[in-house]
Amino acid sequence: MKFGILINEGPYQHQASDSAYLFAKAAIDKGHEVFRVFFYHDGVQNATCLSSPPQDDRNITALWSELAKEHNVDLVVCVAAALRRGILDENEAKRNGKDAHNLADGFRISGLGQLIEAGIQSDRLMVFGD
Amino acid sequence: MLHTVNKSPFERNSLDACLGLAKAGSAILLIEDGVVGAIKGTTIESKLTETMQSSKIYVLGPDLAARGLSEDKLVDGIQVVDYGGFVDLAAENTAVQSWL
Repeated sequence: MKFGILINEGPYQHQASDSAYLFAKAAIDKGHEVFRVFFYHDGVQNATCLSSPPQDDRNITALWSELAKEHNVDLVVCVAAALRRGILDENEAKRNGKDAHNLADGFRISGLGQLIEAGIQSDRLMVFGD
Repeated sequence: MLHTVNKSPFERNSLDACLGLAKAGSAILLIEDGVVGAIKGTTIESKLTETMQSSKIYVLGPDLAARGLSEDKLVDGIQVVDYGGFVDLAAENTAVQSWL
């Protein structure tokens, strides 16, 4: 079965990111496909490579990057939500005249159309948020 | 349909809204702070028991354990699942509604 996942909340706030990650892991372990994870609203904060939690804590951004690499999961960050919150890739940094970018490995910036497509292409769309 | 509720019924009214609108034959899964609603002896217990006559209620075991709540404190009839069980519930039901 194909799963799409929508995350509307930042990491380390409540539990949305952790729940979504553990759900995605469990789904992959059971032989399902996670087609796409879409990060929207404060959920875009999951995508900053500058996140540096203490060593004995989980690094949520790194966990997502690893999942994307190992299982070919498409991690998409909403462009409007991301730019507002200072999450930029190299292109957006250039376009907006910024001297730094911070989008973590495995993530890409795109538009809401990707969420709609995830809803259409997936058998189930799982929503995690506040 | 699978309904997921992630907030305590003593913080928000999402569980109450879910129980009021879920149709017979639904599966309701309590996750995150929502697991608090599954505890025996609270004001919401009778509503849960009533719902379980026509629907099933589940609670996510790891989230229960993370809050120091043991399974013997649960309202009778509520079933405990792990993340794999969560995935199974999502797959078995034709649609999923997250009550956020």
